[in-house]
Amino acid sequence: MTKLHKTKLVGLAIALGLSASASGQMTINGAGATFPYPIYSKWFDEYAKVDPSVRFNYQSIGSGGGQKQILAQTVDFGASDGPMSDDNLAKAPAKILHIPTVAGADVVAYNLPGNPPLKLDADTIAGIFLGQIKKWNDPKIAATNAGTNLPDKDIIVVHRSDGSGTTYIWTDYLSKISAEWKSKVGTNTSVSWPTGIGGKGNEGVAGQIKQTPGALGYVELIYAIQNKMPYADIKNSAGKFVKPTLESITAAMATAQIPDDFRFSITNAPGENAYPIAGATWLLVYEQQKDATKGKKLVEFLKWAQKDGEKMAKDLDYASLPEDLQQRVLKRIDEIKM
Amino acid sequence: MSAITVEEAGAIHPAQARMSPPSRFADKAFYWLTLSMAFVVVLLVILIGWQLGQGSWQAIQKFGFHFVTTSTWDPVAEQYGALPFIYGTAVSSLIALLIAVPLSIGTAVYLTELAPLWMRQPIVSLIEMLAAIPSVILGLWGIFVMIPWLRDHPFPFLQRILGWTPFFSGPIYGPCMLAGGIIVAIMVLPIITSVSREILRSVPNLQREAAYALGATRWEVTRIAVLSYARKGLFGAVILGLGRALGETMAVTMVIGNTPQIAASLFKPGYTLASVIANEFTEATTDMYLQALFEIGLVLFGVTIVVNLLAQLLLKTITGAAAPDRVQ
Repeated sequence: MTKLHKTKLVGLAIALGLSASASGQMTINGAGATFPYPIYSKWFDEYAKVDPSVRFNYQSIGSGGGQKQILAQTVDFGASDGPMSDDNLAKAPAKILHIPTVAGADVVAYNLPGNPPLKLDADTIAGIFLGQIKKWNDPKIAATNAGTNLPDKDIIVVHRSDGSGTTYIWTDYLSKISAEWKSKVGTNTSVSWPTGIGGKGNEGVAGQIKQTPGALGYVELIYAIQNKMPYADIKNSAGKFVKPTLESITAAMATAQIPDDFRFSITNAPGENAYPIAGATWLLVYEQQKDATKGKKLVEFLKWAQKDGEKMAKDLDYASLPEDLQQRVLKRIDEIKM
Repeated sequence: MSAITVEEAGAIHPAQARMSPPSRFADKAFYWLTLSMAFVVVLLVILIGWQLGQGSWQAIQKFGFHFVTTSTWDPVAEQYGALPFIYGTAVSSLIALLIAVPLSIGTAVYLTELAPLWMRQPIVSLIEMLAAIPSVILGLWGIFVMIPWLRDHPFPFLQRILGWTPFFSGPIYGPCMLAGGIIVAIMVLPIITSVSREILRSVPNLQREAAYALGATRWEVTRIAVLSYARKGLFGAVILGLGRALGETMAVTMVIGNTPQIAASLFKPGYTLASVIANEFTEATTDMYLQALFEIGLVLFGVTIVVNLLAQLLLKTITGAAAPDRVQ
C-alpha cells in the first residue's frame, strides 16, 4: 500500500513538474482569416523548431472575428483578408499595424461542354455579374474568344453566399472596373447580388459550377488548382490577357500603389504581367505591445515570417510578397514598441 | 399466497412506526430539485431571447417593423429586410413536412403493424443511421448527387405535368427552394419516424383486439384503433420535426441557392433565416450588420415560438372535438 502511494506521489510530482515547464512555454494567441490558415499553421509548425519557447494558437474564425478580437484585445494578433476600415480602426484603443503576409487570387471558373480555354475582359465580367450578359454566345464573350464554340445557353452565375475575403477581392475588382457596379452593388465581404445563385464556401461554389452545365463563378486560385477546374485568362488594365499564377499575383503587388499603412488593394494593378483580381492577407498587431516579453517574441516571429516564411508560400500555392515590399514591411515591424 | 403477503405487511408496519414521525426531507428536496431543473430551461429560453434582443437593439430601433416587411438585404448600403428569409424558412419547412410526414408515419405504421418481426430492427437501425449523418455531409451529397439527379429527372417531369402552375414554372438550374425542402425532409424523416414508431408501439393491444373482435379489417384496425388513438402523439412527433426543419442550417445552405427573393416558383433559389446567419456572421465587420444578423436570430426565435403556439392551438382543436371516442 505505502509503496503504491509513493509511486502515486512520484507520478503526481512528475505531472506537476511537466505542467510547470509547459506553462513556462509562452503561448501567443491569434484569430482571424481562414484563407491563410494553411500557411500560418505551417509557419507556426516550422517556427516551433526555430524557437521552441513559444507556441502559437491560431483560431481561423474568419476575418470579421479576427478584427473584432484584436479590437477587444482578446488575442495577441488578428488576421484579416481585407484591410480594416477607418471606422473600425477608430474603435481601437491604440494604433493597429497591418502586416501583409501572402496573397492569393480569385479566378473565374466555368463549366462549358469540353471546357475550352476562355478569355474574358473587364466589361464582360461586369456585364455577366450585373445580369446584363445572359447567354454564352453573347457577342461580348465571342469578341475575346474567336474560334471557340460558345453554346446558346444561359450563363448561370454562381457566387459565394457566405461572407468572405474572396468576395471582398471580387467586388473590389468589379467596383474598380465598372462604375455601374460601384454605385449599384459596391465592395464588401458579402453584397446584394444582382443575379446568380449562392454557394457556401469555395467548396459550395466549386460544387455548383462542376455540377451545373453553363455555370460561371469565382473561386480562390488554390481551390481551382487543387480541384483541377478550368479558369479564364483575364484582360488586365494594361490590355494584356493574363493567366492567374503565383507570379502574376506577385507582379500585381509589385506594380500596385502601396501606401505606408499597408492598407492596400492590388485589384486591377497597372503592370503588364499583373493579374487583376488578386488580394493580400494581413496580420493585425498593436504598435505598442502591452507585454514586453510576449511582444518581443511576436516581433521575432513576424520578422522570421517575412524572411524565411515567405519562401514556403509557393509550395502551398500562395503568392509571396515582392522583395521591396518585404523590406518595407520589415522596417515597419521594427517600429513595434515594447 | 395470501398468508405470505399478510406476514410481510405485518413486518413492515412496526418498522414504520419506529421511524415516526416520517421524514419528508427527501420528498421536499426532490420537489425543489425538479422545480429548479424545470426553471433552468425556462430561464435559458428567456436569457436567449434577452441576449438576442440586446444584441439587435440598435437595429430594432433603426429599422423598426420594416425589418420584417421589407425584402432588401444589402450590407454595403446597410439596408436590412428579413422578409425573404422568413418566407424561405416557412416554405422550405412546409415542403419538408409535406414530404416527410406521410413517409415517416407510413414507415412507422408499417414497422409497428405490418412488417414481419425479423425486418423491423434492421429498418429501425437504418433510419437511426440516417439521423447520425452530419448535416454538412448531407449538404455536399446534395450538391454532388441529389441536385444533378433532381435537375435531370424529377424536376423536368414535375414541370411537364405541373408547369402551368406558377409553382413549377421558369428555368431549372438545380439549387432551389424545392431542393432545400427535400433535403430538410430527409433530415426530419428519422426524428418523425422514430418518435411516431414509439407512440404507435405504446398503443395498447387491447385497442387492436377490440377492433378485430368487432370484425374490422386490418386497414380499419390501423385507422380506427391505432392511428386515431395515437393522433395526439403523432402530432407531437410532427411538431418535433418542424422544430428541426425551422432551424436546419448547413445542408439547406448547400442546396437552396442562397438568394434572398420571394418567388412563387419552387425552382427559383431561396434563402432561410438560419442560413443567412451561418453564411454572414463570421465576416460581418460593421456594427449595424452584426446587429441585423442578431435580429435575424431574434426573428427565427420568434417564428419558432409562434409556430409552436399555433401547432398547440391546432392540436387542441383537432383533439378537443374527437376526445370522447378515446379509450382511458
